[in-house]
Amino acid sequence: MTSEQPLVEVSHLNKVYESKGRRVEAIGDLTFTVGTGDFVCIVGPSGAGKTTLLKCLAGLLSPTSGSVAVGGSRVTGPPESMAVVFQEYGRSLFPWKTVAGNVELPLRARGVPAQERAARVADALQAVGLADAGDAYPWQLSGGMQQRVAIARAVAYQPDVLLMDEPFAAVDAQTRADLEDLVRRLWSERGLTVIFVTHDIEEAVYLAQRVVVLSSSPTYVLDDVPVGIPEPRDQVATRVTAQFGELRTRAYAGIQQAKANAAKATA
Amino acid sequence: MPSVLRLLVGYALSCVVGVLLGVLLGLNRRVRQAAEPVLEFLRAIPSPVLVPVLLLIAGFGSVMKVTVIVTGAVWPILLNTVEGVKGVDSVLDDTCATYGITGRRRLTQFIIPSAMPQIVAGMRTGLSIGIILMVISEMFAATSGLGAAIILFQRSFAIPDMWSGVLVLGVIGFLLAMLFRVFERAVLGWYEGLKGLERQ
Repeated sequence: MTSEQPLVEVSHLNKVYESKGRRVEAIGDLTFTVGTGDFVCIVGPSGAGKTTLLKCLAGLLSPTSGSVAVGGSRVTGPPESMAVVFQEYGRSLFPWKTVAGNVELPLRARGVPAQERAARVADALQAVGLADAGDAYPWQLSGGMQQRVAIARAVAYQPDVLLMDEPFAAVDAQTRADLEDLVRRLWSERGLTVIFVTHDIEEAVYLAQRVVVLSSSPTYVLDDVPVGIPEPRDQVATRVTAQFGELRTRAYAGIQQAKANAAKATA
Repeated sequence: MPSVLRLLVGYALSCVVGVLLGVLLGLNRRVRQAAEPVLEFLRAIPSPVLVPVLLLIAGFGSVMKVTVIVTGAVWPILLNTVEGVKGVDSVLDDTCATYGITGRRRLTQFIIPSAMPQIVAGMRTGLSIGIILMVISEMFAATSGLGAAIILFQRSFAIPDMWSGVLVLGVIGFLLAMLFRVFERAVLGWYEGLKGLERQ
């Protein structure tokens, strides 16, 4: 893929939910692109249509107008080259399958030969630090470990784009920091392209190369913040730098303004 | 034991028909809505009253008896399967969609295992109904089987023999329940483990 053509292209995306006598415009007009190898965080206030956007990106919802394209082709269903990690780890793993079985299933569905499957499963579990947990059931693991399984499943799938929907919103702070570093490590080691949706501005600034700030619903792009924080990043050192503070303030101000505008609009 | 054989055949048929039809109805909202009134009506008919009707159609033989068993035992299995299939988790469903788990693989790896706890609960109820209907179907047109033997003994005042028949029925019921437990453990081991953890 040439660098001119972005890997993910969202143009004039609009999503309206319509039911009897009610019309809710969740996403107003969204346009942004994500290049190959990018790590983009999407932040927005709650109710900013983040989940709607994610479902449109993943091909689980079709937009009312506008389009999403991955690798140059328009998304009409779930794209084959995309893996998704959901927030609700407890509900995204198959409880009747072992950890290894969970990681392997998508590979079976894509017709990967048995030998390669086994290698990829072992490699992915190793990468997330669960090399010994293959035979356990997901519900025997802690929340953070379950989300590691979901991440291993995504990594074994070898996607072009890894989509993450507030994946660490439901784990404790310490686990969260570990998982953030894990995702950053996987991203840099494996040359993934990551789109990470979160409501947490600090998390977004810490993780990303670029932060896209969304407005309240109906959503548009409020700000597109390049994050030039040098590598390697560190949970303690990075978070106290002046640069980190400035970026956080910029994104935070954007969101505050969005909320104020939304309040004015409804008043 | 012709009684037990008929029970097993009838029960197996109930399971197959109940699960197949249940999955079909559970996955298809239109079909389900169309079929619901008919199902509710059919379900409301107590199976024993069908015995005289079925006698006319299917005669005195095993076909009638097996049919009676199926008409009673199929309902809990069918309805529970429908509920189980309807109630699959939406996040897990999205997970399947994003990873290309579709068609038959989605059915066998996601829909059915996910509905399995409810399917098995329906099967358990179906089994006890099946045992009852096995006996009743034999009492009406007493030619062969345990129910027939019990009626025959009772009418000839062979009371101890009659009781022995009742006892045998009890033992059969108990053994089948034990077998069912083994089956349940094999199929739903994950579910019991999960529930066990949640209770802690």
